[in-house]
Amino acid sequence: MTLVLEQLLNGLQFGVMLFLLAAGLTLIFGIMGVINLAHGSLYMVGAYAAAFAAAQTGSVIIAILAGLAAAALVGMAMELFVLRRLYARDHLDQVLATFALILIFNQSVTLLFGRQPLFVSVPSMLNGSIQLLPGLTYPIYRLLIIAVGLAVALGLYLLINRTRIGMLVRAGATHREMVRALGVDIRLLYTAVFGLGALLAGLAGLMAGPILAVQVGMGEQILIMTFVVVVIGGVGSIRGAFFGALLVGLVDTVLRAFLPGLLRQVMTGSEADALGAGLASMGIYMLMAVVLLVRPKGLFPANV
Amino acid sequence: MQHRKSVSLGVMLAAAVALPALAQQAPVKIGMVTTLSGPGGYLGQDIRDAFKLAIDMNGGKLGGAPVELVVEDDALKPGQGKQIAEKMLKTDGIKIMTGIVFSNVAGATVPDIVDAGALYVSPNAAPSNFAGKECNENYFVVSWQNDSLHESAGQHATNLGYKKAFILAPNYQAGKDALAGFKRLFKGEVVGEVYTRLDQTDFAPEMAQIRSANPDVVFQFHPGGLGIAFLRQYQQAGLLGKIPMVLAEPSLDATTLKAVGDAALGLSVTAHWNTDFDNASNKAFVEAFTKAYNRVPTYYASQGYDTALAIASALKATGGKADVPALRKALAKADFQSVRGAFKFGPNQHPVQDWYALKVEKGADGAPVLKTSGKVLSNHSDAYAKDCKL
Repeated sequence: MTLVLEQLLNGLQFGVMLFLLAAGLTLIFGIMGVINLAHGSLYMVGAYAAAFAAAQTGSVIIAILAGLAAAALVGMAMELFVLRRLYARDHLDQVLATFALILIFNQSVTLLFGRQPLFVSVPSMLNGSIQLLPGLTYPIYRLLIIAVGLAVALGLYLLINRTRIGMLVRAGATHREMVRALGVDIRLLYTAVFGLGALLAGLAGLMAGPILAVQVGMGEQILIMTFVVVVIGGVGSIRGAFFGALLVGLVDTVLRAFLPGLLRQVMTGSEADALGAGLASMGIYMLMAVVLLVRPKGLFPANV
Repeated sequence: MQHRKSVSLGVMLAAAVALPALAQQAPVKIGMVTTLSGPGGYLGQDIRDAFKLAIDMNGGKLGGAPVELVVEDDALKPGQGKQIAEKMLKTDGIKIMTGIVFSNVAGATVPDIVDAGALYVSPNAAPSNFAGKECNENYFVVSWQNDSLHESAGQHATNLGYKKAFILAPNYQAGKDALAGFKRLFKGEVVGEVYTRLDQTDFAPEMAQIRSANPDVVFQFHPGGLGIAFLRQYQQAGLLGKIPMVLAEPSLDATTLKAVGDAALGLSVTAHWNTDFDNASNKAFVEAFTKAYNRVPTYYASQGYDTALAIASALKATGGKADVPALRKALAKADFQSVRGAFKFGPNQHPVQDWYALKVEKGADGAPVLKTSGKVLSNHSDAYAKDCKL
């Protein structure tokens, strides 16, 4: 039982990481209609900036600020110099340009930091586990990630639904032309939204640093899952991104953890392990197919 | 008309005289298809740098013949590796190829190379399917057969007296070879066997499974960045120090060790080479590598260097001619001083060599280092050699 609970926590933690990335991606796609393949690169920029700052100064606060600032600034620069020219173009041009950005970012990071992964240690006060229930200990750092992710989700909810900026963002997602006609500086709004998306990606990156290896190409590994989340949740919808991310995180983790064991009851060990691993890695894509079949616009479509 | 004919004849004559001379001076091209980008990029980088080092240490020559190294990045994509190899073989006419790091790239690329009549000398990947029935006279492996890495770990776990093992590897050919290899020489019981994804970086679900299975020992194979993530999460999950771990060298090379830091102290590793091996060839290599690149060589680097030495021995025997049958014959003798000490090729042209146990200890400067502690297997070949009819 504690194993199930622990795996659910793992799924939740993976889910909130996906949410941080998916939130930015879905905002950018929903409001500007831009497919930003380079969103994963912002995640990498956040991770590298934080890792570098941590290694140079040894301060957690500076590392966090560096990661957030670098991702947000790089994101806004990306919007200003590249994507702004592509809003009127079709998706193919956007995909090509942002794919080029991935290559440019990866090579630049390789030039700056080399190919060898960087090492970031967990801040010492968070390094360790606490006992949640008898027999269930869980790393503090991962609990913190869950807490931060949920707090960000709440903050975004309030920002989108309770503030003037949020109103513009929602309006921009559904009636872009109208917002422009009403005299809102849509360019500034775009840059701000892009910066916010980049900031969240950077936050995910800097939090992932101490758990995963900070390395070139880390963004692409998670980007595909992020797209799955966005599609499942409904393009342009923050709420969709949140529930989509938790769903994908939980389904992926639970399948990986328990499917081979279940299969082992009906077939021999090594076959069950191989088949289980195969099915588990297909799991979220099958989930996406089913969701699209039942609700072609995703679970919480933005444009109703 | 007459005049022109004589001119062209003259040109041909001159060319015919000049050609042999040119052929002797033109450097022998060696094609290197390797992984330089992405998380596995440092593996290919070390192989390339060490290979280059061997050429530089001999004044741009291997075995007395001037060589030109042509390097291309396969980006860990089998299709890309195949394309590069085709270009090198057909357009550049390269006869000696090497470099591939990952078994999935090798699986797609090596058959094309050997079928085209070129020589392939592997500095790393050696999947099981090329070691047995499908062995090829043009295919040599300087590193090891994939399984051997893990057979040595299985033997070491048995030697250390562990009874229950939990084993994990990514779900691809080398991962399957790894678990098969470990189980071949591990005498105890395998209480859990998990295949992870090759692009997976978060192992929290696996940590929970390990904890609930409570084995005597964990064996895992996660090369490059995957291994770093695994070990650090093993530590964060509080398993380090509770459940011992035996590893084969791909899961803990010098780079991984640097990134993992103290989390690696006390781990048992098996390897065919280590920086502290006491032989002249190794001392020269480690010193030159550290001086040239200002980092500790990984075992990938040692294999890149050995591969260069092996090719040098063959080129020396053929007098610098890229004549594949002659090169093949010379290469099979393994007439070079490997940095790992004793080395020869078995019947399937894979190495027959010794395997050692290493332990991660605190070095003189406080940073963890790999120390050789004893021998695990002697003159070890591989399980597939008997199926190879060469």
